[in-house]
Amino acid sequence: MRQITPIFKREFLGYFRSPVAYVFLIAFLVISVSLAFSRYGGFFRAGVAGMESYFTFFPWLFMFIVPAVGMRLWSEEKRSGTVELLFTLPITTLEAVLGKFLAGWAFLGLAILLSFPMALTVGYLGSPDWGVVATTYFGAILMAGSYLGVCALMSALTKNQVISFVLSLGGCAILLFLGFSSFTDTLEGILPIAAADALANFSFITHFDAFTKGIIDPKDVLFFLSLMGFTLFLNVVALER
Amino acid sequence: MIEVKGLVKTYGSKRAVDGVTFSVKRGDILGFLGPNGAGKSTTMKMITGYLRPDAGTATVDGINVATDPVAVKQKLGYLPESAPAYPEMTVEEFLGFIADVRGFRTAAANRTQVDRAVALTHLEPVRKQTIETLSKGFKQRVGFAQALLHDPAALVLDEPTDGLDPNQKNEVRSLIKSMATAKAVILSTHILEEVDAICNRVIIISRGRVVADETPAQLRARQPGARIDEIFRTLTHGDI
Repeated sequence: MRQITPIFKREFLGYFRSPVAYVFLIAFLVISVSLAFSRYGGFFRAGVAGMESYFTFFPWLFMFIVPAVGMRLWSEEKRSGTVELLFTLPITTLEAVLGKFLAGWAFLGLAILLSFPMALTVGYLGSPDWGVVATTYFGAILMAGSYLGVCALMSALTKNQVISFVLSLGGCAILLFLGFSSFTDTLEGILPIAAADALANFSFITHFDAFTKGIIDPKDVLFFLSLMGFTLFLNVVALER
Repeated sequence: MIEVKGLVKTYGSKRAVDGVTFSVKRGDILGFLGPNGAGKSTTMKMITGYLRPDAGTATVDGINVATDPVAVKQKLGYLPESAPAYPEMTVEEFLGFIADVRGFRTAAANRTQVDRAVALTHLEPVRKQTIETLSKGFKQRVGFAQALLHDPAALVLDEPTDGLDPNQKNEVRSLIKSMATAKAVILSTHILEEVDAICNRVIIISRGRVVADETPAQLRARQPGARIDEIFRTLTHGDI
């Protein structure tokens, strides 16, 4: 497992070797902050010293933005042929998968944490419950990891980055929409209620909600972690086939 | 050093490699010849552990690639076809990464290995340049440097001189020759004079099968007076 470090280092710094990282970080922060200040976010109108209006859009925003980070993970290596170089170096597939995934996750975590001026603003304007702010950040980072797991898997399936992006978007959208009543109602029409309920439990929104209210439920943490574990396992299988 | 026994690889209905068997000792430079699509690259990819063979075994220094791929990859240096490298990294960063993965973790050891590889392949002038800005010749040398970095006991080079100008070809050949005394080297090529210039053994492969395995002199003796490309054509005529 010590081979994870060099892979992680190369991949993480790789984001900053091209303009990709800067474009991404700026776009992410501008979009997320403007959504919170928009009339849909109602950051000021809510009259609450909290960050809920900032984080409510995260599951939606992640649907587009995480595939943008994840699409290159494997597709790029496959297209440029460096995957052959990587897998003839003395590393196992699992080490490569973990190294790359953790690098992408760390990058997303950095993007999320760079929203700290929002937290400072809230702290300046009122006295927020810092515990809730902390659990929300924790939940957002966990959720980002789950999205990234899906995207990394999709990226391993194709050498075309556009296909990888579209597949990731589709995969993330399904996992997002499973939580909506209109969607689950349709499902309940087709499937037995128990099955529809079970499916609805796979939604990001359902599991992210508790974090934004200051609750760290082990069930939710376990959901995100096991989703990551499962997609990473499939990622290894997809690369080794 | 490198032992290959009955390697088979099938893609769909096409048998790309069909029972290839040979061995390479230390000090050998084995030229791997054959028309495009004959199975040269596929065989090399199976030796280096990138592809899994459908049948047969490849061992390096007694270690089976199928059972302990990581140990084999530690012993091998491999230059894949067209020398892939991460384009956004500088030569130094890229080689530093390879050294890192190869286990040279301390800053001093890492630096020593990178310096050695840079000096061997004459990359000093482009050391700080990103790989995407390099000419084909320099890119190929970066691939070389990466393969040599850990001073491996066995080298597998897939078309090392492809796309180089005559001077660069000469330089790469003398580099391979100078290293070969202590190493086992396999290099694939479709340039016939290259075999004459550096190899002490030739394998010709056609439609996935070995059709000749001998010294360049023996190969020439097959048809006295004929040019080497005529002999090549006779041996591989079924392969179009």
